Amino acid sequence: MAEWKAAKPENKVLGWVEERLPILSLVNNVVGPDTPTPRNLNYWWNFGSLAGLMLVIQIISGVVLAMHYAATTGVAFDSVERIMRDVNYGWLIRYMHANGASFFFIAVYIHIFRGLYFGSYKAPREVLWMLGVVIFLLMMATAFMGYVLPWGQMSFWGATVITNLFSAIPMVGESIVQLLWGGFSVDNPTLNRFFSLHYLLPFVIAGVVILHLWAKKISDSGNPLGIDVKSSADQIPFHPFYTVKDAFGAGVFFFVFAMFIFYMPNALGHPDNYIPADPLVTPPSIVPEWYFLPYYAILRSIDFPLGIPGVFELVDAKLLGVLAMFASILVWLLLPWLDTSKVRSGNFRPLFKWFFAFLVVDMFILTWLGAQKPEGNIPLYGKIATAYYFAYFLVILPVLSRKETTLPLPESISNPVLKPAE
Amino acid sequence: MKLVKNIAIALTLGTVALTGANAADAGKHPLQIDWSFSGPLGKFDQASAQRGWQVYKQVCSSCHGLKYFRFRNLADIGYGEDMIKAFAAEYEVPGDVDDFGDPTVRPAEPKDAFPSPFPNENAARASNGGALPPDLSLINKARHDGANYVYSLLVGYDDAPADFELGAGMNYNPYFKGSQIAMAEPLFEGAVDYEDGTPATQEQMAKDVVQFLMYVAEPSLEKRHQMGIKVLIFLALLTILLYISMKVIWKPVKEGKNFYDE
Amino acid sequence: MSTLENTHHEEDGVTRRDMIHVGAGVMAGVGAVASLWPFIDQMNPAADTLALASIEIDISQIDTGSAIIVKWRGKPVFIRHRTAEEISEANAVAVADLIDRQTDEERVQAGKEEWLVVMGVCTHLGCVPLGTKTGEEKGDYGGWFCPCHGSHYDTSGRIRKGPAPKNLEVPEYAFLTDTTLKIG
Repeated sequence: MAEWKAAKPENKVLGWVEERLPILSLVNNVVGPDTPTPRNLNYWWNFGSLAGLMLVIQIISGVVLAMHYAATTGVAFDSVERIMRDVNYGWLIRYMHANGASFFFIAVYIHIFRGLYFGSYKAPREVLWMLGVVIFLLMMATAFMGYVLPWGQMSFWGATVITNLFSAIPMVGESIVQLLWGGFSVDNPTLNRFFSLHYLLPFVIAGVVILHLWAKKISDSGNPLGIDVKSSADQIPFHPFYTVKDAFGAGVFFFVFAMFIFYMPNALGHPDNYIPADPLVTPPSIVPEWYFLPYYAILRSIDFPLGIPGVFELVDAKLLGVLAMFASILVWLLLPWLDTSKVRSGNFRPLFKWFFAFLVVDMFILTWLGAQKPEGNIPLYGKIATAYYFAYFLVILPVLSRKETTLPLPESISNPVLKPAE
Repeated sequence: MKLVKNIAIALTLGTVALTGANAADAGKHPLQIDWSFSGPLGKFDQASAQRGWQVYKQVCSSCHGLKYFRFRNLADIGYGEDMIKAFAAEYEVPGDVDDFGDPTVRPAEPKDAFPSPFPNENAARASNGGALPPDLSLINKARHDGANYVYSLLVGYDDAPADFELGAGMNYNPYFKGSQIAMAEPLFEGAVDYEDGTPATQEQMAKDVVQFLMYVAEPSLEKRHQMGIKVLIFLALLTILLYISMKVIWKPVKEGKNFYDE
Repeated sequence: MSTLENTHHEEDGVTRRDMIHVGAGVMAGVGAVASLWPFIDQMNPAADTLALASIEIDISQIDTGSAIIVKWRGKPVFIRHRTAEEISEANAVAVADLIDRQTDEERVQAGKEEWLVVMGVCTHLGCVPLGTKTGEEKGDYGGWFCPCHGSHYDTSGRIRKGPAPKNLEVPEYAFLTDTTLKIG
């Protein structure tokens, strides 16, 4: 566990403030020169800070958009068009916010899968990991409600389909859906509350991010070798080494981000959302934003009830699908106890490596499946991909952690006598 | 391990093979046109957009609205203030209530939106055999491959194949979803008399009106393209500088220096 | 920090290397500041607001001796078609005696002296003075009277009596034709 070092600024004013509110020490100890950090972090470790930067960009651009947006069904679409046409730089800020959501998810997905491969969820980082899962769930809720705000066709029908998921809950489902809607369909009260919550949740996310960083400070960063820090020789100060590395990573990431904002701002969106919402016409195919597709594919794959066919039905198909969708993310919370292998890094787990690679492929397949119409063999593929997804967490990892023969671990980070497998 | 690999390959190939399965009734793939506004340095072709405005005004506007378009926006496609005022004045928009409380109309001004051809949706449907002509403000963004799609649709009218069952009052157009559309072929050779003398072929008019509608759908396109180049160049230079800076700072780490061993 | 500085001093080319870090830092800073501008500029009046910033008014229907109120940029503007008597009354005053010294000439356009265009906002605390509509009290000087705190304006819209410190403001305006007035 990292020790706490108080900052002693030479500047008298800073010193005065520091005595009363040790804010410099805080920064210093989390991302500063007094934050000893493993010296071997690779570029996969860049995506945490990138996700943080994207959160800041989303909050700033979002607050600005809220200065012009009107959360009323009759004018929401018009107000967005006014932002695009009349507000100074409105088009830039809106495209930044819309594509920013995608890039936030890109950064977070890579961050999560880095954690999955390098065993970042294992002791002593379980709480750090679980806070991350909470952030991801909050992000999903925020992104979903944000997508409703422009009040286009996809906004409206996405909101209708997703809120209807809750109707699967036995007994109280219908009442819950009415409660969410504030009426008998997605309408003005729904839009209004979604706007309110879409504004609120990012600040909740920011709060949990602070806890996430706190937990990181307590348990220290993991590293690609997955072994503990043995001596100070294994470490380097966070600043300037990782600040400059993170800055360089941000440069590359923002370059790609800017390419989307300026040259393909609508590539990740759906054309139907430039058609104002019409409660009487459902678009030919309702597709969620790309970052929700894997879970949407899982939801649709479950078209059978739980029970013995023809004898009794424990859980009907609709509810089972919804449960599977939520379970697909909640299962991450159990990871520290599902994967009990003492070896953290996938680099030293020859079998795990393959199953993990296949999980990544499986996620891409699920993403693709989520965008297809459920016709022909698509539902079958969906079932296979969903089965693998859950099998990875619930069967493969527990079995592997008992059966797998892992490779010998290096002696230390600074002296990796045994060369890692790859 | 090998087994897993094989399953992976089989699954991937299987899914890829199935991709082309569900394009049945989505309409024919649009013709691909080389537009002046596409590409990173793309700009609007002002002459074409002005002709397109003429086509919209004389042909499309009898059924299709353009509600997010303001007459003042015409300045961006090269019209002067007097021209814009004159264009606007050709139309009437609702004015203030008069001293007796009755509604009035007044000539449109540059600040006004292009007036809708129909007072409401029901009136629009009643005049168009039940079909609703969509507002065209965002049409180029509200369809997949919008510019090409609108162009293809405008030039794509054809006689229905013998085995095709055409609904009453419908027209055959393979680019439209389901291949039949309520809108009759709108553009005929010479439908407008271009002020600049360009021959008004169907293709020409379709290209021009798409150019104009692209401007209406995405007025910030040129600004966006120009700013984008600057931002990307800036970010590229900054990133290179940060890379060098990083390499310099990291040199002692790569050399194995211990920073806590004083 | 001390560790980093030590590294630097141990090696050659200190200044050139520092230049790179400073350069990168400055460039990042400039980029950050420049990207702030859109977020600030978005608060300035938008294009649709600016399009309403000037209005054109048909003044052919305003008879001599009467006045109208029009709304411009969210505030009232008084347009008064003055009688010859009102004009000479406005010119008869000794400028030196005024609270806010201005001749009538400075407040109207040459050749169009019959038209007085002023903001209908009392310079005291922003009420709308009476006197435009027929039958309203015009104050002691035949112009306008502000009912809030009793300011009296004359036929040139100048403050003559009461707490207001300034004459009624004259907005920017121009005659496009003899019958069309453009404000703003």
